[in-house]
Amino acid sequence: MSQIKKINEMNKYDQAELLKYREYIGIQEVAGPLICIENIHNVGYNELVEIRDERGEPRIGQVLEANQSAAVIQVFEGTTGLSLTGTAVRFHGAPLRIPVTQEMLGRIFDGLGRPIDGGPEPLTNEFWDANGESINPTARTYPTTFIQTGISAIDGMNTLVNGQKLPLFSGPGLSHDRLTAQIVRQAKIVGREVSFAIVFAAMGIKHDIAQYFIDNFRDAGVLENVVMFLSLADAPSVERLITPRSALTMAEYLAFHENMQVLVVMTDMTNYCEALREISIARGEIPSRKSYPGYLYSDLASLYERAGMVDNSTGSITQVPILSMPNDDISHPIPDLTGYITEGQIVLDRELFQQGIYPPIALLPSLSRLMKDGIGEGLTRADHAHLASQLFAAYARVKEVRALASVIGEEELSAVDHSYLKFGLAMENKFIAQKETDDRSIYETLDLGWKMLSLLPREELQRITEEEAQQYHHYQNENE
Amino acid sequence: MAIVIGKVTRVLGPVVHAIANAKVQMLEFVEVGTERLIGEVVRLHGNQIIIQVYEDTTGLTPGVEVYGSGMPLSVELGPGLIGTIYDGVQRPLTEIKKVSDQYIHRGIKAPALDRNKKWSFEPVVSPGTIVNSGQIIGTVKETVSITQKILVPPNISGKVISIAPPGEYRIEDKICVIENGQVRRTLSLFQRWPVRQPRPIKNRLSTSQPIITGQRVIDTLFPIAKGGTVAIPGGFGTGKTMVEHQIAKWSDADVVVYIGCGERGNEMTDVLTEFPQLIDPRTGQPLMERTVLIANTSNMPVAAREASIYTGITIAEYFRDMGYHVAVMADSTSRWAEALRELSGRMEEMPAEEGFPAYLPTRLAEFYERAGYFETLNQENGSVTIVGAISPPGGDFSEPVTQHTKRFVRNFLALDRDLANARHYPAISWLDSYSDYVEMVTAWWQEKADPDWAELRQEMLDLLQKEAKLQQVVKLVGADVLPESQRLILEVCTLFKNVFLQQSAYDQIDTYSTVQKQAKMLRIIVSFYRISADVLRHGATLYKVKRTKTFRAIKNMKYEISNDEIDKLDQILANMTQELASLSRPNF
Repeated sequence: MSQIKKINEMNKYDQAELLKYREYIGIQEVAGPLICIENIHNVGYNELVEIRDERGEPRIGQVLEANQSAAVIQVFEGTTGLSLTGTAVRFHGAPLRIPVTQEMLGRIFDGLGRPIDGGPEPLTNEFWDANGESINPTARTYPTTFIQTGISAIDGMNTLVNGQKLPLFSGPGLSHDRLTAQIVRQAKIVGREVSFAIVFAAMGIKHDIAQYFIDNFRDAGVLENVVMFLSLADAPSVERLITPRSALTMAEYLAFHENMQVLVVMTDMTNYCEALREISIARGEIPSRKSYPGYLYSDLASLYERAGMVDNSTGSITQVPILSMPNDDISHPIPDLTGYITEGQIVLDRELFQQGIYPPIALLPSLSRLMKDGIGEGLTRADHAHLASQLFAAYARVKEVRALASVIGEEELSAVDHSYLKFGLAMENKFIAQKETDDRSIYETLDLGWKMLSLLPREELQRITEEEAQQYHHYQNENE
Repeated sequence: MAIVIGKVTRVLGPVVHAIANAKVQMLEFVEVGTERLIGEVVRLHGNQIIIQVYEDTTGLTPGVEVYGSGMPLSVELGPGLIGTIYDGVQRPLTEIKKVSDQYIHRGIKAPALDRNKKWSFEPVVSPGTIVNSGQIIGTVKETVSITQKILVPPNISGKVISIAPPGEYRIEDKICVIENGQVRRTLSLFQRWPVRQPRPIKNRLSTSQPIITGQRVIDTLFPIAKGGTVAIPGGFGTGKTMVEHQIAKWSDADVVVYIGCGERGNEMTDVLTEFPQLIDPRTGQPLMERTVLIANTSNMPVAAREASIYTGITIAEYFRDMGYHVAVMADSTSRWAEALRELSGRMEEMPAEEGFPAYLPTRLAEFYERAGYFETLNQENGSVTIVGAISPPGGDFSEPVTQHTKRFVRNFLALDRDLANARHYPAISWLDSYSDYVEMVTAWWQEKADPDWAELRQEMLDLLQKEAKLQQVVKLVGADVLPESQRLILEVCTLFKNVFLQQSAYDQIDTYSTVQKQAKMLRIIVSFYRISADVLRHGATLYKVKRTKTFRAIKNMKYEISNDEIDKLDQILANMTQELASLSRPNF
């Protein structure tokens, strides 16, 4: 069948033209999201493919395996309705490219970069390879600019830095969406009049959650600065594989071509990984932990590493991916591998959530690796590093004291241990907890931190200097 | 490299199948397609060959040609290595940036060593001298701290027919002709060596010298010997990279090869921005002047990640052959093992544990065995020390990479999640870590630092063990019910952890401790325990002991007393005896 079509076409076009629009009719196999086609020529690895079913509806796919006369293709919109004989496959001779232009701000697209808000196709000559390329480490600029989110548990303890990739590790039902929306609303670079452009990628989340974000962006008046790439729960799962890539390509354009400060929110990375596993198993690959493919790490890295800053542009890409930990398990492969790639993580905690604390940020397992270079004199305040370190140490001690209290009872605790209990409660109810509208400046956060430490006697504080103690630490003990 | 040796038949990500139509060697270095992507032959089967390609294969079509080189994947060794950052197959990233902006485009070629730069060469042999493999024919002062010795390549020896006079030469210039029977060989300033083959040595020697890292928990509790093998396993966020960076910065190795294998791009940028500004305490020169960087970040092609480890260790061996002590930092070996797994999977090999190939332990053993303390071909002593980070999935040390590595390393620095959560860095667990090198380096420590070093160290370790047991009791009944003598142990161990084991990488003074400071701090804390235990028996209370000036001075000594003010530490020791003794007097 495909041969006949080819010969027919030969008569119409010359050889070069034929190679450009190689179109074949008829495929050999459909297996889940994959199709296999034989008797073809000159197909490149990762090449973009256009597939049309019998009714002529187009779909988009990508070559996963290129053989001399056969190819395996993954179809982003799914294979429902494809037949072996009536399917037409056209190879484009290039990888998937998406249109990029500043005019896309304020618009909504599907995972492949096609408008779904009823508006026209964006007008541009720039089409960028969605897969991106690896950034040369010598061309990167090390991120050191503090982003104030107005949230004490982040600014004070796990500081976000412009150009960082800092994921939210959450669980089903926890308030990660509210927290993300608050970060997006409040994020600012102190002392610079910068507004962030926001690139939002939704993979497999529900319509009402996407709507929640849209409403939120509208209420905050930032909708004109947001580009959305939506591949929602009812879209074919394979489309989720390309959605974050389209979004990051857009982000790269805005950051490195238009010199904008870009905040990328990707939710939910767990759905992305599930789609990856689905494809991997459909291809019959050797599975690794929990049946995820062995290349899950490299694949996630090819997304997360697209954050940062480069030396020939003043723009930046800051990533806040959201992932829900299956069964709240931080050692599950998805959060585990993510944590190995990203520059820290903000972990949300079910226990705090159930106590009604918002944002339920678990301080101890959270971490910002770039914090050390983004805080201190000239950036936030000179005492920031020691204060944060002391708060961590003291809060870690609270956990031990609570464990002890649960065994021997609170009455039996020593006076110092009692002050730790008080400190712990204050940390959770006053420092971590804040309202969704509460936008604390970094100085408010730091002063609040010192107020917390003032519940503990000086001898317990080993990580602050004498001068800092004199300036900020005022021990309050009603017993004395 | 223009000989066509075959045609591509199948493209599967980084693994490419081809049909050969000429002679192909196993592990031959090849180029694929019109873009000349570089790769290596990893399997031969009849006329079918399998190639692992070190670059992204997007757009590669079956039918394109494969070009052979007739030689295995090799690195260039010569002046120009120091201070350079390479990718996994020794392409200089700074040069690549000049031709391809911020991204690494495919098919870019750049020579590893600068062909145009002139080096000042001093010959040390004259015509007529008989030279052997590995012998020095001249020197090039590459940086203030590193003099490159130009060596006769392995497997070449004979009579020097001519040698270039002192002067400025490019690395490809002919500088020496050696005659052996009928064969004449021309040498230049650089040589090539296949990465997967260890460079020859004369003898393996046993080691008695520690490599001093300036990190107290490592040097004092778990010392590393020159030529040793170290594994640093830890879940994410426990500070593996920080420990590797600290060792790369402050260790007293002559040359450091830092391999960033499948890790973050920003970490390499951090090294690139920070190292040129840091001063090596031994030479007074920027640290970059003794460092070679290999970067295969996590988003760079996976096959090159597999090669990066070998590229790094081969460069290290080259400096070792000059009689230098070299430290190799491999961060992280898990990413390398995962690259093996990915390639193995794509070649449809039968998997062993957790999908890793069955030859994983063999490869690990081969790698770690390239470390050691050697007599070089030139009869000098040189060493290669390997410090490999491991990233176990879920922080679980029972996984294959950690378990197999444990068999081949003699120093195991286990990073602990709870310590990291309390921001106790370096989060090296004193209960799970071990070092087999303690006995070997004891004599060195006792001579250089403290004659009672071994005894003090052991006493402290015993206290930490006791403390771990006491903590189990404390968890059940609280510390208040313990007798004062046992509560003293808890206090001293807390002090030791906070003051000695915990070390701030960001504090000017604390980031690096000399051997003398470490030994003195150890002595102070152990003495504090001994004397306090004594005065407690004579009527003093722990409450009073904790209120002493001495106690406060010990708490602050790491930040307040710099490496060259050791006499202030002696002062603490002297005051301690007096002040504590006064507590036991019954008159208050």
